[in-house]
Amino acid sequence: MNILRHIIEPGFFGSGPVHIALAVGTVVAVTSAVTGVFTVTRGQSFAGHSLADIATTGGSGAFLIGINQFWGYLAFGAGAAAFMEMIGIQRRRGRDVATGVVLGAALGLAALFLYLGTQYSTTTGASFTILFGSIFVITPSTVPALIVSALLALGTVIALARVLLLSSLSPDLAAARGVPVRAVGAAFLMALAVSVALSAVVIGAVLSTALLIGPAATALRVTKGPVRAAAVAAGIGVAATWLGILLAYDSYYWPPAGRGWPVSFFVVTLVVGGYLVTYLRRPVTAAEPAPDAEHACSAL
Amino acid sequence: MFGPLMINTWIAATAVAVIAGVTGFFAVLRGSTFAAHAIPNGAFAGAAGASLLGLNPFAGLAVFSLAGALGIAGLSRRARNDVATALTFVLMLGIGALFVSWSSGYAQEAYSLLFGEVFGVSADQVLPILILGAVSVAAIVVMFRPLMFSSALPEVAEARGVRARRMELAFLLVMALATSMTVPVVGALLMFSLMIGPAAAARSLTPRPARAMALSVGIALVTVWAGIAISYQTDWPLGFFVGVIGAVFFLLGRAYAAVASRKTPSRWSPGRYDT
Repeated sequence: MNILRHIIEPGFFGSGPVHIALAVGTVVAVTSAVTGVFTVTRGQSFAGHSLADIATTGGSGAFLIGINQFWGYLAFGAGAAAFMEMIGIQRRRGRDVATGVVLGAALGLAALFLYLGTQYSTTTGASFTILFGSIFVITPSTVPALIVSALLALGTVIALARVLLLSSLSPDLAAARGVPVRAVGAAFLMALAVSVALSAVVIGAVLSTALLIGPAATALRVTKGPVRAAAVAAGIGVAATWLGILLAYDSYYWPPAGRGWPVSFFVVTLVVGGYLVTYLRRPVTAAEPAPDAEHACSAL
Repeated sequence: MFGPLMINTWIAATAVAVIAGVTGFFAVLRGSTFAAHAIPNGAFAGAAGASLLGLNPFAGLAVFSLAGALGIAGLSRRARNDVATALTFVLMLGIGALFVSWSSGYAQEAYSLLFGEVFGVSADQVLPILILGAVSVAAIVVMFRPLMFSSALPEVAEARGVRARRMELAFLLVMALATSMTVPVVGALLMFSLMIGPAAAARSLTPRPARAMALSVGIALVTVWAGIAISYQTDWPLGFFVGVIGAVFFLLGRAYAAVASRKTPSRWSPGRYDT
């Protein structure tokens, strides 16, 4: 892989791609962490991951028909979110099946797009890049779009935070208080689609999922209250991203290949490692569905 | 299309459809769709590692899919199931990214593992697929009653002495076993669609477990056979047809269930496993 090929400068902080990677990584890590707190609380990790995969399908489709890939990402992400919502993501048990069917169809399309794409060009690494992405080969022109959409998603989630928590923890209570539960769920899914779609495109579907779920799940284990959980998650996400980028930069001369190890490997390992530390350190008595979510609600 | 070159493809695809229909039925029923996505895709990392070491990719797939099943079941003990699945999955893929970055010129092989190489099944691949397929189906048949019980009525099953966690682990291990044989044939991404689409459609069509499982196998067979036939004619990837045909079956099943429940609301309740 050509992950580090673009870094010619000897200094870590003197390198342009590293600057972009750090800036974009920070924005994505913060947005993912805050969105992730609600994603984990609502039990929608699968939807979060699926939307990342589906968005990359849209990207390859847009590439194929020659329009700006940005619209492909957004169209597929938002379309998939709407479709999941339509066929039953709001029911707890039917949710994963609805997500799975949409994901299955989207992956089928991805196979087709990649096949057609390789007919006309010789980008053999296309499927690999789409899945794993690379934070070091971001084109600077996509950065503003990424930041705007991330802020939009973040703003939506923060604005909805209160009703979202209530309707996640007790849909009946929320409905009784006049909260449009389904509309709130749909709005959250859209915000999730936008934030995940863009981050998947920039840093790869794997890394996007890791940053969405890992920091939030860790934070929900060690803190109480949604605001604090979001802050801790954002801190963990940013720390893991920066450390991952630094390690990937350093690994340029590491064995065996001398090409550098992938950023996604480092960030994923750090995020999952952090989670395991809190997992093993705190022997919670029973496997409650979301022990911290209860406190989250009372704290608001 | 039915010549001697294609005979292995038909046999292997049929075996894959049967196993996907059987395991998919329980994956949909238990709501472990995410695991059905994570185990085959994560196992891809194992194949990358095996090729790096010069081993048989089957071995890598088996090791990683079993490790994935153990990881999901282990983490689920004290965490939400979907979080456990997500974290196990990204860890496996992260390791896969590392393996791929170490080896050179792997991209084409990675593509075929993700999307399948169904027209390149060789004769010596067919036997292990049939054996592993028979073992996984036999395991599901042996576990059928307790698995059904703990899937449909987890609390009652627990009270009657069926250990939910043990059933979950057993089921995930069977899924891992099935995965390691099917991934080289239909590909990781599409093994997943073959498990979910037909099973979800079958569940909408009938509330009776045995019938739904048979129907799930039947729909999976039709999906794969039709997919191979069209793919052979058009040269487009099989994965595309499997994914789309599976989704179409699901939508047809849902439409049928909606119409049927409007006619006789008391008898038809496709959501009854949800309780």
